[in-house]
Amino acid sequence: MSRKLFVTLSLLLLVALVAGACTAAMPPAAPAADTAAATEPAAAAGTPFKIALIMPSTTTDYSWSQSIYDGLKAVQAEMGGESAMEIAVSENLFQVADAGNAIRDYATNGYDLVIAHGAQYGNPLFEVAKDFPETSFAWGTTTNTGADEGLANVFAYEPAAQEGGYLNGVAAALLSEKNIIGVVGPVEAGDAKLYINGFVDGVKATEPDTKVNVTYTGNFGDTALAAEAANTQIKAGADVLTGSAQQVVGSIQVAKDAGVFWLGSQSDQSPLAPEIVVVNQVYDWTKVIKDMIESHNSGTLGGKVFTMTLNDGGQTTLFNDAAKVAPEKMAEIKTAVEAAAKGIQDGTIVPAQ
Amino acid sequence: MNELFSLTVIVGIITSGIRLATPYLFASLGEMFGQRSGVVNLGVEGIMLTGAFTGYYAVLKTGNPWFGMAVALATGALMGLLMAVISVTMQAEQGISGIGLTLFGAGLSSLLMKVLVGTPTGVSGFRPINIPGLSDIPVLGELLFNYEIPTYIAFLLVPVSIFILGRTTLGLKIRAVGQNPEAADSLGVSVVGVRYATVIFGGAMAGVAGASLSISILDIFQENMTNGMGFIAVALVYFGSWRPVGILAGAILFSMVNALQLWVQVLGLPISPDFAVMMPYVLTIVVLALTAKQIRQPAALTKPYERGE
Repeated sequence: MSRKLFVTLSLLLLVALVAGACTAAMPPAAPAADTAAATEPAAAAGTPFKIALIMPSTTTDYSWSQSIYDGLKAVQAEMGGESAMEIAVSENLFQVADAGNAIRDYATNGYDLVIAHGAQYGNPLFEVAKDFPETSFAWGTTTNTGADEGLANVFAYEPAAQEGGYLNGVAAALLSEKNIIGVVGPVEAGDAKLYINGFVDGVKATEPDTKVNVTYTGNFGDTALAAEAANTQIKAGADVLTGSAQQVVGSIQVAKDAGVFWLGSQSDQSPLAPEIVVVNQVYDWTKVIKDMIESHNSGTLGGKVFTMTLNDGGQTTLFNDAAKVAPEKMAEIKTAVEAAAKGIQDGTIVPAQ
Repeated sequence: MNELFSLTVIVGIITSGIRLATPYLFASLGEMFGQRSGVVNLGVEGIMLTGAFTGYYAVLKTGNPWFGMAVALATGALMGLLMAVISVTMQAEQGISGIGLTLFGAGLSSLLMKVLVGTPTGVSGFRPINIPGLSDIPVLGELLFNYEIPTYIAFLLVPVSIFILGRTTLGLKIRAVGQNPEAADSLGVSVVGVRYATVIFGGAMAGVAGASLSISILDIFQENMTNGMGFIAVALVYFGSWRPVGILAGAILFSMVNALQLWVQVLGLPISPDFAVMMPYVLTIVVLALTAKQIRQPAALTKPYERGE
């Protein structure tokens, strides 16, 4: 019996080690950044600014997480590479408890700014922020900086997804010839809810008779169900689709096979299907990130709320000219979208959220 | 409500349901063989993810979906072998080692994806078959002759499993080992051998299940794309009373209700999306509760066997 016990115990240890390694899921970015900084000549201006990013999905998810990661990389390149800014990344931390541990880990290891990129991370983030008043923290989608709880070192960001959604809606209404549009939503919350509500508003404002069918899969990562949702929408007559969250990768494949147009959200989704992805609502995180770094360096560790809108450049619309759309149609869409964008920027149009 | 009973919708629900059921059928039937011989393998989710990736990568590099399927099958078999070594030879607690295998598979598939591929791109996997004449029949054609080959194989696996389990010596041995390993051992059946065979087979089927997602139904790989399917597949074995027909019924019920709830939302029926999303799970539990008395699990399930104990 003792032999069995020994074997079971050593296996448990092994499983625990593997579990620890897998759930932390830190890709080589962290150790690579450390060694790069260590071997950099002392001529570099001071120590690098260390940013940690905690995400519910991966840096290659074509949506929520990828967009901020791309923004971080862009700012890093602008600042002069890894000697100026180190980025550490923890992916797939959908579980709030795991994310909380990661946040505390990074704060303990002396990171300057810890970004918890998900609306569900609020509670553990505030707990850790209390223990590390010298570290800056950031999270979104939210406008809550923890000021009510006496916290001064938390930034909050809430992309105004309904604005980009509205513009996508305008484009979708003009693209659709059958006047039936489908939306593959994840969960009716957060960024997705803002985007979808804005989208429907934009469609109705452009072509009031268009039918918009919305489905929610109840999940952010159920790729198979998102694909079936797209199939269902197409069977119900839709010739233009959109959606939110990383699972839309499945829906885009279905749209590609069926020759149905797709409107991208959160990141540029054209590489997945260049012929059918016409317009993308994308976030530009560079301003927000630079603002956070500058604020931190000048002593303001938090307390700011960033709403990324069309006005402040936090949101833009990317047209994919490689899409198989007739040039006159594309021109018509661009004109309409630009007009709507102006309307939103000067306040005459207020998209629903 | 009438729109729900239109032909388009009913055909849509059935075809979506059959497509959605494919990975569950592969994974669940494979797991059933393992469980019938007394070994529970909770590593199905991890094996599905690894099989999904290796199949995807093979098709990405060679463009041949059959080769991809073969690679996924081999990967799954290898991971099944690992499970067999841990659970049968080393006699570790099966539930825990299964979860460990799941974490391993999930981490491995994510790591390989990052290192070998990076950003997901689509592949040309299996395409829906098109039999000239048959596939064009108005309703029946769509219902029967428009799926991708792995889907047909998944459904064929059901009568094959019934035959193997009920009408072959191998099936008899499997059932005996799962019910009473001491008696089977005394009659000369190699308990270890049978369990190794079924667990490896279960692993291979889980690998194929994962590949059926990445190179047949979705034609792309994304980290964690199975999203818990492996665990539902294991649950389906219990739901189906460890019989292929029961598993088929469970997989179809779950998948078709999932397809139904999508249509409910698309048609704009006055049911909240949160409730609609819940429907497949709730209905499965209700059916399970109503048929509970028919469940008889293999007597030696989860118990490692050591001669002379």
